[in-house]
Amino acid sequence: MEGRLHLELATPTRLVVSEEVEEVVAPGLLGYFGVLPGHAPFLTTLGVGEVIYRRDGREHYLAVTGGFAEVGPERVIILAETAERSEEIDTGRARTALERAEGRLAGRAREEIDYDRALRARTRAATRLQVAGRR
Amino acid sequence: MTLRDIRRRIRSVQSTQKITRAMKLVAAAKLRRAQERILQARPYAAKMAELVAGLALRAGEEGHPLLARRAGGRRLLVVISADKGLCGAFNSNVLRAALAFLREGGEAESSLVVVGRKARDFFRRRSWPIRAQRVGFLDRLGFEEIREIAAELMGVYLAEEVDEVHLLYNEFRSVAVQRAVRRQLLPIQSEGAAPEAPTADYLYEPSPGAILAALLPRHVEGQLYRALLESLAGEYGARMTAMEAATKNAQEMIERLTIDYNKARQERITKELLDIVGGAEALRKSAAA
Repeated sequence: MEGRLHLELATPTRLVVSEEVEEVVAPGLLGYFGVLPGHAPFLTTLGVGEVIYRRDGREHYLAVTGGFAEVGPERVIILAETAERSEEIDTGRARTALERAEGRLAGRAREEIDYDRALRARTRAATRLQVAGRR
Repeated sequence: MTLRDIRRRIRSVQSTQKITRAMKLVAAAKLRRAQERILQARPYAAKMAELVAGLALRAGEEGHPLLARRAGGRRLLVVISADKGLCGAFNSNVLRAALAFLREGGEAESSLVVVGRKARDFFRRRSWPIRAQRVGFLDRLGFEEIREIAAELMGVYLAEEVDEVHLLYNEFRSVAVQRAVRRQLLPIQSEGAAPEAPTADYLYEPSPGAILAALLPRHVEGQLYRALLESLAGEYGARMTAMEAATKNAQEMIERLTIDYNKARQERITKELLDIVGGAEALRKSAAA
Protein backbone atom coordinates (compact mmCIF):
# COMPACT_ATOMS: atom_id res chain seq x y z
CA MET A 1 0.00 0.00 0.00
CA GLU A 2 1.37 3.39 -0.89
CA GLY A 3 1.09 6.42 1.36
CA ARG A 4 0.56 6.71 5.06
CA LEU A 5 -2.47 7.44 7.13
CA HIS A 6 -2.33 8.86 10.61
CA LEU A 7 -5.38 8.31 12.79
CA GLU A 8 -6.04 10.53 15.74
CA LEU A 9 -9.14 9.91 17.84
CA ALA A 10 -9.81 12.27 20.72
CA THR A 11 -12.70 12.87 23.11
CA PRO A 12 -13.08 16.02 25.22
CA THR A 13 -11.43 14.21 28.12
CA ARG A 14 -8.68 12.16 26.50
CA LEU A 15 -6.66 11.22 23.46
CA VAL A 16 -7.76 7.67 22.68
CA VAL A 17 -5.83 6.76 19.52
CA SER A 18 -2.81 8.30 17.83
CA GLU A 19 -1.38 5.74 15.42
CA GLU A 20 -0.19 5.08 11.90
CA VAL A 21 -2.84 2.91 10.28
CA GLU A 22 -3.68 1.36 6.91
CA GLU A 23 -7.42 1.90 6.86
CA VAL A 24 -10.17 3.56 8.89
CA VAL A 25 -13.91 2.95 8.84
CA ALA A 26 -16.16 5.39 10.70
CA PRO A 27 -19.89 5.90 11.23
CA GLY A 28 -20.78 9.04 9.28
CA LEU A 29 -24.16 10.53 10.00
CA LEU A 30 -25.30 9.36 6.57
CA GLY A 31 -23.70 5.93 6.79
CA TYR A 32 -20.35 4.24 7.32
CA PHE A 33 -17.43 5.37 5.21
CA GLY A 34 -13.98 3.93 4.71
CA VAL A 35 -10.75 5.88 4.37
CA LEU A 36 -7.56 4.72 2.68
CA PRO A 37 -4.41 6.81 2.23
CA GLY A 38 -4.91 9.51 -0.39
CA HIS A 39 -8.56 10.10 0.37
CA ALA A 40 -10.14 13.37 -0.78
CA PRO A 41 -10.43 15.88 2.07
CA PHE A 42 -13.79 16.08 3.75
CA LEU A 43 -15.43 17.02 7.00
CA THR A 44 -18.41 15.19 8.42
CA THR A 45 -20.46 14.70 11.54
CA LEU A 46 -20.54 11.24 13.08
CA GLY A 47 -23.38 9.16 14.42
CA VAL A 48 -23.36 6.45 17.04
CA GLY A 49 -21.45 3.41 15.91
CA GLU A 50 -18.20 1.58 15.42
CA VAL A 51 -14.85 2.97 14.40
CA ILE A 52 -12.69 0.26 12.90
CA TYR A 53 -9.07 0.75 12.00
CA ARG A 54 -6.53 -1.65 10.58
CA ARG A 55 -2.95 -1.56 11.65
CA ASP A 56 -0.32 -4.11 10.57
CA GLY A 57 -3.14 -6.21 9.18
CA ARG A 58 -4.99 -6.38 12.53
CA GLU A 59 -8.34 -4.75 13.06
CA HIS A 60 -9.16 -2.66 16.12
CA TYR A 61 -12.62 -1.59 17.21
CA LEU A 62 -14.03 1.33 19.16
CA ALA A 63 -17.54 2.33 20.10
CA VAL A 64 -18.13 6.05 19.54
CA THR A 65 -21.12 8.30 20.11
CA GLY A 66 -21.40 11.36 17.95
CA GLY A 67 -18.74 13.83 16.94
CA PHE A 68 -16.82 14.88 13.86
CA ALA A 69 -14.26 13.52 11.48
CA GLU A 70 -11.80 15.47 9.40
CA VAL A 71 -10.34 13.41 6.61
CA GLY A 72 -7.30 14.34 4.59
CA PRO A 73 -5.02 12.41 2.24
CA GLU A 74 -2.61 11.54 5.03
CA ARG A 75 -4.62 11.80 8.19
CA VAL A 76 -7.96 11.21 9.83
CA ILE A 77 -8.89 13.18 12.90
CA ILE A 78 -11.93 12.01 14.81
CA LEU A 79 -13.40 14.13 17.55
CA ALA A 80 -15.92 11.93 19.32
CA GLU A 81 -18.16 12.82 22.22
CA THR A 82 -17.32 9.49 23.80
CA ALA A 83 -15.12 6.63 22.65
CA GLU A 84 -14.24 3.29 24.15
CA ARG A 85 -11.90 0.63 22.84
CA SER A 86 -13.59 -2.74 22.59
CA GLU A 87 -11.50 -4.12 25.43
CA GLU A 88 -12.50 -1.24 27.72
CA ILE A 89 -16.23 -1.76 27.41
CA ASP A 90 -18.06 -2.95 30.49
CA THR A 91 -20.42 -5.47 28.91
CA GLY A 92 -22.41 -5.95 32.10
CA ARG A 93 -23.20 -2.26 32.26
CA ALA A 94 -23.99 -2.08 28.56
CA ARG A 95 -26.36 -5.04 28.88
CA THR A 96 -28.16 -3.45 31.83
CA ALA A 97 -28.45 -0.19 29.89
CA LEU A 98 -29.85 -2.04 26.89
CA GLU A 99 -32.47 -3.83 28.99
CA ARG A 100 -33.43 -0.62 30.74
CA ALA A 101 -33.82 1.19 27.43
CA GLU A 102 -35.89 -1.62 25.97
CA GLY A 103 -38.08 -1.70 29.05
CA ARG A 104 -38.72 2.01 28.66
CA LEU A 105 -39.47 1.71 24.97
CA ALA A 106 -41.92 -1.12 25.52
CA GLY A 107 -44.03 0.93 27.92
CA ARG A 108 -44.07 4.23 26.06
CA ALA A 109 -45.92 6.00 23.35
CA ARG A 110 -43.83 7.49 20.56
CA GLU A 111 -44.65 11.06 21.31
CA GLU A 112 -43.32 11.04 24.87
CA ILE A 113 -40.20 13.06 25.44
CA ASP A 114 -38.33 10.16 26.95
CA TYR A 115 -38.92 8.03 23.91
CA ASP A 116 -36.17 9.68 21.94
CA ARG A 117 -33.78 9.46 24.79
CA ALA A 118 -34.52 5.78 25.37
CA LEU A 119 -34.11 5.12 21.66
CA ARG A 120 -30.71 6.76 21.68
CA ALA A 121 -29.74 4.89 24.83
CA ARG A 122 -30.69 1.63 23.17
CA THR A 123 -28.58 2.38 20.10
CA ARG A 124 -25.64 3.32 22.28
CA ALA A 125 -25.86 0.22 24.42
CA ALA A 126 -26.38 -2.08 21.43
CA THR A 127 -23.34 -0.56 19.70
CA ARG A 128 -21.19 -0.99 22.76
CA LEU A 129 -22.20 -4.63 23.07
CA GLN A 130 -21.53 -5.23 19.41
CA VAL A 131 -18.09 -3.64 19.65
CA ALA A 132 -17.31 -5.51 22.84
CA GLY A 133 -18.19 -8.74 21.04
CA ARG A 134 -15.36 -8.04 18.56
CA ARG A 135 -12.50 -8.58 20.91
CA MET B 1 4.61 28.65 80.82
CA THR B 2 5.24 25.58 82.84
CA LEU B 3 7.09 22.63 81.39
CA ARG B 4 3.86 20.74 80.97
CA ASP B 5 2.25 23.63 79.08
CA ILE B 6 5.13 23.74 76.65
CA ARG B 7 5.03 20.02 76.14
CA ARG B 8 1.33 20.25 75.40
CA ARG B 9 1.89 23.07 72.89
CA ILE B 10 4.56 21.07 71.11
CA ARG B 11 2.31 18.07 70.81
CA SER B 12 -0.53 20.17 69.47
CA VAL B 13 1.64 21.84 66.85
CA GLN B 14 3.01 18.45 65.87
CA SER B 15 -0.42 17.06 65.20
CA THR B 16 -1.35 20.16 63.19
CA GLN B 17 1.80 19.65 61.19
CA LYS B 18 0.85 16.05 60.49
CA ILE B 19 -2.44 17.28 59.04
CA THR B 20 -0.88 20.01 56.92
CA ARG B 21 1.73 17.57 55.62
CA ALA B 22 -0.95 15.04 54.69
CA MET B 23 -3.00 17.76 52.97
CA LYS B 24 0.04 18.80 51.03
CA LEU B 25 0.64 15.26 49.81
CA VAL B 26 -2.99 14.80 48.85
CA ALA B 27 -3.00 18.11 46.97
CA ALA B 28 0.19 17.13 45.16
CA ALA B 29 -1.31 13.85 44.00
CA LYS B 30 -4.52 15.55 42.87
CA LEU B 31 -2.53 18.25 41.12
CA ARG B 32 -0.67 15.64 39.09
CA ARG B 33 -3.95 14.07 38.05
CA ALA B 34 -5.47 17.45 37.15
CA GLN B 35 -2.44 18.36 35.04
CA GLU B 36 -2.68 15.01 33.29
CA ARG B 37 -6.34 15.75 32.50
CA ILE B 38 -5.42 19.12 31.04
CA LEU B 39 -2.89 17.45 28.76
CA GLN B 40 -5.42 14.79 27.74
CA ALA B 41 -8.03 17.42 26.90
CA ARG B 42 -5.68 19.43 24.70
CA PRO B 43 -5.78 17.53 21.37
CA TYR B 44 -9.58 17.67 21.19
CA ALA B 45 -9.74 21.31 22.18
CA ALA B 46 -7.03 22.36 19.74
CA LYS B 47 -8.62 20.62 16.76
CA MET B 48 -12.04 21.90 17.77
CA ALA B 49 -10.81 25.49 17.90
CA GLU B 50 -9.25 25.08 14.46
CA LEU B 51 -12.43 23.67 12.92
CA VAL B 52 -14.59 26.34 14.52
CA ALA B 53 -12.28 29.10 13.34
CA GLY B 54 -12.33 27.77 9.78
CA LEU B 55 -16.07 27.27 9.56
CA ALA B 56 -17.02 30.41 11.44
CA LEU B 57 -14.88 32.42 9.08
CA ARG B 58 -16.84 31.03 6.16
CA ALA B 59 -20.20 31.42 7.83
CA GLY B 60 -19.67 34.86 9.36
CA GLU B 61 -21.48 36.20 12.40
CA GLU B 62 -24.86 35.51 10.86
CA GLY B 63 -23.91 31.88 10.41
CA HIS B 64 -25.14 30.82 13.80
CA PRO B 65 -26.88 32.47 16.79
CA LEU B 66 -24.03 31.41 19.10
CA LEU B 67 -21.69 33.56 17.00
CA ALA B 68 -23.92 36.61 16.75
CA ARG B 69 -22.89 39.68 18.71
CA ARG B 70 -25.84 41.53 20.18
CA ALA B 71 -26.06 45.18 21.03
CA GLY B 72 -27.47 44.83 24.55
CA GLY B 73 -25.16 45.01 27.55
CA ARG B 74 -26.66 42.36 29.81
CA ARG B 75 -23.78 40.23 30.98
CA LEU B 76 -23.84 36.88 32.68
CA LEU B 77 -20.78 36.12 34.76
CA VAL B 78 -19.83 32.57 35.66
CA VAL B 79 -17.46 32.64 38.63
CA ILE B 80 -15.46 29.49 39.25
CA SER B 81 -14.02 29.11 42.74
CA ALA B 82 -13.08 26.12 44.87
CA ASP B 83 -15.44 24.21 47.14
CA LYS B 84 -12.94 24.35 49.99
CA GLY B 85 -10.56 26.83 51.52
CA LEU B 86 -7.05 26.33 52.90
CA CYS B 87 -5.54 27.27 49.58
CA GLY B 88 -4.04 30.69 50.15
CA ALA B 89 -5.42 33.58 48.13
CA PHE B 90 -6.88 31.27 45.46
CA ASN B 91 -10.53 32.02 46.21
CA SER B 92 -10.20 35.63 47.27
CA ASN B 93 -8.35 36.47 44.04
CA VAL B 94 -11.09 35.28 41.78
CA LEU B 95 -13.88 36.60 44.00
CA ARG B 96 -12.36 40.05 44.17
CA ALA B 97 -12.05 40.14 40.39
CA ALA B 98 -15.65 38.98 40.08
CA LEU B 99 -16.92 41.69 42.37
CA ALA B 100 -15.02 44.32 40.43
CA PHE B 101 -16.44 43.07 37.14
CA LEU B 102 -20.00 42.99 38.47
CA ARG B 103 -19.78 46.49 39.97
CA GLU B 104 -18.37 47.87 36.76
CA GLY B 105 -21.31 46.45 34.81
CA GLY B 106 -23.90 47.57 37.33
CA GLU B 107 -26.12 45.26 39.31
CA ALA B 108 -29.08 45.58 36.98
CA GLU B 109 -27.13 44.67 33.88
CA SER B 110 -25.20 41.74 35.33
CA SER B 111 -26.31 38.36 36.49
CA LEU B 112 -24.29 35.75 38.23
CA VAL B 113 -23.75 32.01 38.15
CA VAL B 114 -21.50 30.62 40.86
CA VAL B 115 -19.50 27.41 40.66
CA GLY B 116 -17.94 26.20 43.90
CA ARG B 117 -19.02 26.66 47.53
CA LYS B 118 -16.64 29.51 48.21
CA ALA B 119 -18.10 31.69 45.46
CA ARG B 120 -21.64 30.87 46.53
CA ASP B 121 -20.97 31.70 50.18
CA PHE B 122 -19.15 34.89 49.25
CA PHE B 123 -21.99 36.32 47.16
CA ARG B 124 -24.65 35.02 49.47
CA ARG B 125 -23.04 36.89 52.38
CA ARG B 126 -23.17 40.04 50.28
CA SER B 127 -26.76 39.20 49.33
CA TRP B 128 -25.86 39.48 45.68
CA PRO B 129 -28.58 37.90 43.51
CA ILE B 130 -27.38 34.50 42.29
CA ARG B 131 -28.98 33.17 39.17
CA ALA B 132 -27.73 29.60 39.48
CA GLN B 133 -25.24 27.71 41.55
CA ARG B 134 -23.21 24.57 41.16
CA VAL B 135 -21.38 23.26 44.18
CA GLY B 136 -19.85 20.08 45.52
CA PHE B 137 -18.88 18.36 42.27
CA LEU B 138 -15.47 19.84 41.55
CA ASP B 139 -13.51 17.12 43.30
CA ARG B 140 -14.99 14.47 41.01
CA LEU B 141 -15.57 16.58 37.94
CA GLY B 142 -16.97 14.58 35.04
CA PHE B 143 -18.00 15.62 31.59
CA GLU B 144 -21.71 15.13 32.34
CA GLU B 145 -21.68 18.20 34.61
CA ILE B 146 -19.93 20.17 31.91
CA ARG B 147 -22.63 19.26 29.39
CA GLU B 148 -25.39 20.26 31.81
CA ILE B 149 -23.84 23.59 32.75
CA ALA B 150 -22.97 24.42 29.14
CA ALA B 151 -26.51 23.57 28.02
CA GLU B 152 -27.94 25.88 30.69
CA LEU B 153 -25.65 28.74 29.72
CA MET B 154 -26.37 28.34 26.02
CA GLY B 155 -30.08 28.13 26.78
CA VAL B 156 -30.04 31.41 28.67
CA TYR B 157 -28.04 33.04 25.91
CA LEU B 158 -30.17 31.75 23.04
CA ALA B 159 -33.35 32.79 24.87
CA GLU B 160 -31.82 36.29 24.76
CA GLU B 161 -32.03 36.70 28.52
CA VAL B 162 -28.42 37.86 28.42
CA ASP B 163 -26.24 39.27 25.66
CA GLU B 164 -22.85 38.00 26.78
CA VAL B 165 -21.58 35.16 28.92
CA HIS B 166 -18.20 35.46 30.60
CA LEU B 167 -16.16 32.97 32.58
CA LEU B 168 -14.01 34.14 35.46
CA TYR B 169 -11.59 31.63 36.91
CA ASN B 170 -8.09 31.03 38.15
CA GLU B 171 -5.75 30.09 35.37
CA PHE B 172 -3.02 27.63 36.20
CA ARG B 173 0.32 29.28 35.47
CA SER B 174 2.57 27.12 37.62
CA VAL B 175 2.26 25.17 40.84
CA ALA B 176 2.71 28.32 42.89
CA VAL B 177 1.09 30.85 40.55
CA GLN B 178 -2.55 31.23 39.58
CA ARG B 179 -4.04 34.23 37.92
CA ALA B 180 -7.67 35.27 37.80
CA VAL B 181 -8.66 35.57 34.14
CA ARG B 182 -11.89 36.44 32.38
CA ARG B 183 -12.82 34.86 29.07
CA GLN B 184 -15.86 35.49 26.97
CA LEU B 185 -17.75 32.24 26.43
CA LEU B 186 -20.67 33.58 24.38
CA PRO B 187 -21.03 34.79 21.76
CA ILE B 188 -18.19 32.61 20.53
CA GLN B 189 -15.24 34.67 19.41
CA SER B 190 -13.62 32.91 16.51
CA GLU B 191 -10.73 35.29 16.06
CA GLY B 192 -7.19 33.98 16.23
CA ALA B 193 -6.21 30.42 15.38
CA ALA B 194 -6.46 30.85 11.63
CA PRO B 195 -6.90 27.41 10.10
CA GLU B 196 -3.60 25.95 8.97
CA ALA B 197 -4.96 24.84 5.61
CA PRO B 198 -7.56 26.63 3.52
CA THR B 199 -10.86 24.91 4.22
CA ALA B 200 -12.40 25.84 0.90
CA ASP B 201 -11.52 22.58 -0.81
CA TYR B 202 -13.24 20.35 1.72
CA LEU B 203 -16.25 18.28 1.00
CA TYR B 204 -18.83 18.74 3.72
CA GLU B 205 -21.27 16.16 4.88
CA PRO B 206 -24.04 17.11 5.44
CA SER B 207 -23.19 20.84 4.93
CA PRO B 208 -20.87 23.47 6.38
CA GLY B 209 -23.77 25.11 8.20
CA ALA B 210 -24.98 21.87 9.74
CA ILE B 211 -21.50 20.91 10.84
CA LEU B 212 -20.94 24.34 12.35
CA ALA B 213 -24.24 24.08 14.22
CA ALA B 214 -23.15 20.74 15.68
CA LEU B 215 -19.63 21.96 16.35
CA LEU B 216 -20.35 25.14 18.28
CA PRO B 217 -22.08 23.62 21.33
CA ARG B 218 -19.23 21.08 21.64
CA HIS B 219 -16.79 23.96 21.44
CA VAL B 220 -18.55 25.78 24.27
CA GLU B 221 -18.44 22.61 26.36
CA GLY B 222 -14.75 22.29 25.66
CA GLN B 223 -14.07 25.87 26.74
CA LEU B 224 -15.99 25.38 29.95
CA TYR B 225 -14.23 22.10 30.64
CA ARG B 226 -10.88 23.74 30.15
CA ALA B 227 -11.74 26.59 32.52
CA LEU B 228 -12.81 24.14 35.21
CA LEU B 229 -9.72 21.98 34.77
CA GLU B 230 -7.47 25.04 34.96
CA SER B 231 -9.21 26.18 38.09
CA LEU B 232 -8.97 22.71 39.60
CA ALA B 233 -5.27 22.40 38.89
CA GLY B 234 -4.78 25.92 40.25
CA GLU B 235 -6.67 25.06 43.41
CA TYR B 236 -4.56 21.99 44.10
CA GLY B 237 -1.39 23.91 43.32
CA ALA B 238 -2.42 26.71 45.66
CA ARG B 239 -3.36 24.27 48.40
CA MET B 240 -0.10 22.42 48.02
CA THR B 241 1.88 25.64 48.31
CA ALA B 242 -0.17 26.85 51.27
CA MET B 243 0.16 23.57 53.12
CA GLU B 244 3.85 23.40 52.39
CA ALA B 245 4.26 26.81 54.01
CA ALA B 246 2.08 25.77 56.94
CA THR B 247 4.17 22.64 57.47
CA LYS B 248 7.34 24.73 57.45
CA ASN B 249 5.89 27.23 59.91
CA ALA B 250 4.85 24.41 62.19
CA GLN B 251 8.39 23.03 62.05
CA GLU B 252 9.82 26.39 63.05
CA MET B 253 7.36 26.68 65.88
CA ILE B 254 8.21 23.22 67.14
CA GLU B 255 11.90 24.08 67.10
CA ARG B 256 11.30 27.30 69.02
CA LEU B 257 9.12 25.59 71.57
CA THR B 258 11.67 22.81 71.99
CA ILE B 259 14.35 25.37 72.80
CA ASP B 260 11.99 27.02 75.30
CA TYR B 261 11.27 23.64 76.75
CA ASN B 262 14.93 22.75 77.17
CA LYS B 263 15.68 26.13 78.69
CA ALA B 264 12.83 25.80 81.15
CA ARG B 265 13.90 22.28 82.02
CA GLN B 266 17.47 23.33 82.58
CA GLU B 267 16.35 26.21 84.74
CA ARG B 268 14.29 23.88 86.84
CA ILE B 269 17.14 21.43 87.28
CA THR B 270 19.50 24.24 88.21
CA LYS B 271 17.01 25.50 90.70
CA GLU B 272 16.56 22.06 92.18
CA LEU B 273 20.31 21.60 92.39
CA LEU B 274 20.68 24.96 94.10
CA ASP B 275 17.99 23.96 96.54
CA ILE B 276 19.75 20.69 97.31
CA VAL B 277 23.16 22.28 97.57
CA GLY B 278 21.76 25.08 99.70
CA GLY B 279 19.97 22.57 101.89
CA ALA B 280 23.09 20.41 102.29
CA GLU B 281 25.20 23.47 103.07
CA ALA B 282 22.75 24.56 105.73
CA LEU B 283 22.78 21.08 107.26
CA ARG B 284 26.58 20.96 107.29
CA LYS B 285 26.77 24.40 108.91
CA SER B 286 24.31 23.49 111.61
CA ALA B 287 26.14 20.20 112.25
CA ALA B 288 29.46 22.04 112.53
CA ALA B 289 28.07 24.62 114.92
